[in-house]
Amino acid sequence: MNRYFWILGAFAALVLLLAVGLGLNPRDVPSPLVGKPAPAFNLNVLATPDKALGPKDMQGKVWLLNVWASWCVSCRAEHPVLVEFSKKVDVPLIGLNYKEVRGDGGFDMGKMAADEEKKLAFQRANKWLADHGDPYKLTVMDLDGRVGIDYGVYGVPETYVIDKAGVIRMKHTGPITPDILGKKIMPLLAELNK
Amino acid sequence: MIPELGNFALILAALVALILGTLPLLGAHQNRMAWVAVARPATSALALLVTFSFACLAHAFVNNDFSVVYVAQHSNSLLPLEYRVAAVWGGHEGSLLLWMLMLTWWAFAVRMLSSQLPENMVARVLGTIGLVAFGFLLFILITSNPFDRLLPGAAEGRDLNPLLQDFGLIIHPPLLYMGYVGFSVAFAFAIAALLSGQLDAAWARWSRPWTTAAWCFLTLGIAMGSWWAYYELGWGGWWFWDPVENASFMPWLIGTALVHSLAVTEKRGSFKNWTVLLAISAFSLSLLGTFLVRSGVLTSVHAFATDPRRGIFILIFLVAVIGSSLALFAWRAPKVGLGGRFALISRESMLLTNNVLLVVACATVLLGTLYPLLIDALALGKISVGPPYFNAVFVPVMTPLLFLMGIGPFANWKQASIPEILRTVRWAFVAAIIVAIAVPLIYGNWSALTALGILLAAWIVFAGAINFVGRVQSTRAGQSFLSAALKQPRSFFGMHVAHLGIAVFVIGVTMVSSFQDEKDVKMAPGESVDVAGYHFTFNGVKAVEGPNYVAAQGDFDLSVNGKFMLKMTPEKRNYHSSQMPMTEAAIDAGFLRDVYVSLGEPIDRDKPEAEWAVRVYYKPFVDWIWGGCLLMACGGLLAMLDRRYRIKSRATSAINTQAGTQQA
Repeated sequence: MNRYFWILGAFAALVLLLAVGLGLNPRDVPSPLVGKPAPAFNLNVLATPDKALGPKDMQGKVWLLNVWASWCVSCRAEHPVLVEFSKKVDVPLIGLNYKEVRGDGGFDMGKMAADEEKKLAFQRANKWLADHGDPYKLTVMDLDGRVGIDYGVYGVPETYVIDKAGVIRMKHTGPITPDILGKKIMPLLAELNK
Repeated sequence: MIPELGNFALILAALVALILGTLPLLGAHQNRMAWVAVARPATSALALLVTFSFACLAHAFVNNDFSVVYVAQHSNSLLPLEYRVAAVWGGHEGSLLLWMLMLTWWAFAVRMLSSQLPENMVARVLGTIGLVAFGFLLFILITSNPFDRLLPGAAEGRDLNPLLQDFGLIIHPPLLYMGYVGFSVAFAFAIAALLSGQLDAAWARWSRPWTTAAWCFLTLGIAMGSWWAYYELGWGGWWFWDPVENASFMPWLIGTALVHSLAVTEKRGSFKNWTVLLAISAFSLSLLGTFLVRSGVLTSVHAFATDPRRGIFILIFLVAVIGSSLALFAWRAPKVGLGGRFALISRESMLLTNNVLLVVACATVLLGTLYPLLIDALALGKISVGPPYFNAVFVPVMTPLLFLMGIGPFANWKQASIPEILRTVRWAFVAAIIVAIAVPLIYGNWSALTALGILLAAWIVFAGAINFVGRVQSTRAGQSFLSAALKQPRSFFGMHVAHLGIAVFVIGVTMVSSFQDEKDVKMAPGESVDVAGYHFTFNGVKAVEGPNYVAAQGDFDLSVNGKFMLKMTPEKRNYHSSQMPMTEAAIDAGFLRDVYVSLGEPIDRDKPEAEWAVRVYYKPFVDWIWGGCLLMACGGLLAMLDRRYRIKSRATSAINTQAGTQQA
């Protein structure tokens, strides 16, 4: 044994720490909304613009709220997972389309009238769902992002699991992967639906 | 098509790196010159391929090719051209490619500038870099390929994070990476020396300018990042002890120790094992920094995309590179001779103390950075370690270091006399004490910590001046002072300029933390506020439009003693692509102070013409912080350009025989 081997020992300890650290998520700070009632909204439905929907309409059901937009690249990555999910699982998935027009860089909002924005947003969202498949039971349109603020949306896509009493039970930021769906969301849905 | 070519070049580069990392190393071991000869052409090919690949990615950005996922995520057709180019390294994949580009360029520089080195040595150095390059190329190709396609392509890109749309992004990452990656050369020289068993003064002489060059880049890179944070974040802070900052600061501390330790190894043949260990550590810490930043094990204000697969890959890479080099070290080090003896008081012992203090400083930063992870790993909760810890442990370590910096240059090699040194520098110390008492009094707020900072800075300046003048006088031999001064070696100038840089830096830090003033106020148009004698009048806010954002631009008149000085126009920008408003502070920079205004939020969101939250800062000497860093880097540049690195074998053989006799 030579006297320089302690350096290797110290390095091994560091590696062990880092390896354990990889399994932890420092960002896994619970959203303040988890355990609280889902903030109320009443937004126009994409398929039937003259009707509106809010969390109170979903009372008594376990449901998912998925925040998306057609300009969001990660949403496209997530989309096949959601489509697959909607085919297999009988849990209502509600889409919250977030700042469809304003969130996109390509428009000068100062020069766009409100009804023009609305028309364009519905058109774009419909086209996107037609192109990529529609996993949503319904999609509601949050044109100005106010509901997004209430829900603390800070990166699209985001997904909320809401229970029968209308309480948020889980929030996931970023695209849903098959892994997260299988290991976290599905067990939670099963438990809530018991 | 072009992204596929870039991808293909990257795959080819990985193969070339594998060849570079195996044949020359084996060849050097078995003395097969044909294999050794592969090193140089393979290095050129590697540099060419990676450069081509990088150019392909840049081409995709410049031409808005949103069918490449990475481009779609980090660019936008409205983004100005210079940011589209800088956006190449605005995200994870591209910044790894930049890292790679720098590595191959360093290797290419070694290949071009090593004509006087033995071929076996060159083969081992380039081979080691080749292995590192191979690992990184695999990492890029497997987990983070910037050329992945998005089919069908997106109509528009998501745009670059507005925080990054700044001049800082154009130069900060390249400088920082040049520093990080530059330590790979010192590392490769250390590994080559361990492999060959030739750990001598000649080795130290060869690797010294490379180490200094990397250190200069790292110094500038860190300073640039700090300056960027200062003007871009709008908080007026210049260093936050954030994990990502620490990740760059740790290699700097060890690199600084290495630069000094190499001096001892070169001049006296001592500290060989220690120097090699520092060279390995400096690069290992660069890699550790990459791991910490890229794996997402720590939370940081630098919100990088993270992916656990990447973390595992870097960790494996870390284990392979650092583990094998430390094992090699542990195996070879006991056989290395001790080198020249030295007395308890000597330049060697002072440089050793310098090294120990720098390593301790680095260890405290490492501890503070990893502590939250440790606590989390032990399931004891989630904590964060902030500036109070770092400030509390850093000052006690830095104080003796800065004090020693004043007397170190006076100490002779082998043996020095403390009374003699003290006699030479006593007036410097007296003068420093007077300045340390006077300056805080003039600024009207005396505190022990302020006085300590000024004392140390003044001490370094005065003692350095005495040392400089003394040395010039002793070599004057009838010439004028100026011509004798100009004949001093560049490395001597380099040392003093770099030390002066430290003093300037310390002054900046001390003054700004002691005497800065800030006010956080609510202002309606027409109102005014005073900070440290500066009078700010708010004239309201108007809307302005940029290429890819709209902004509320505040209009402030700055006046002193009733005399109008200038208009200041801080902005609050809303980028079309982002929900987060960005603050653009207005800064009037000056030699002795900065005045800084940043716009907060309108008090009533629907009435931007009414009251706004406004922050105004007075920051004395803040630019000295970065000025000091610039001086340090200039000092390093001077040292690197010293004539003796360009004289060929003469000095090398002389030192060899000298070292040989000392070991006997």
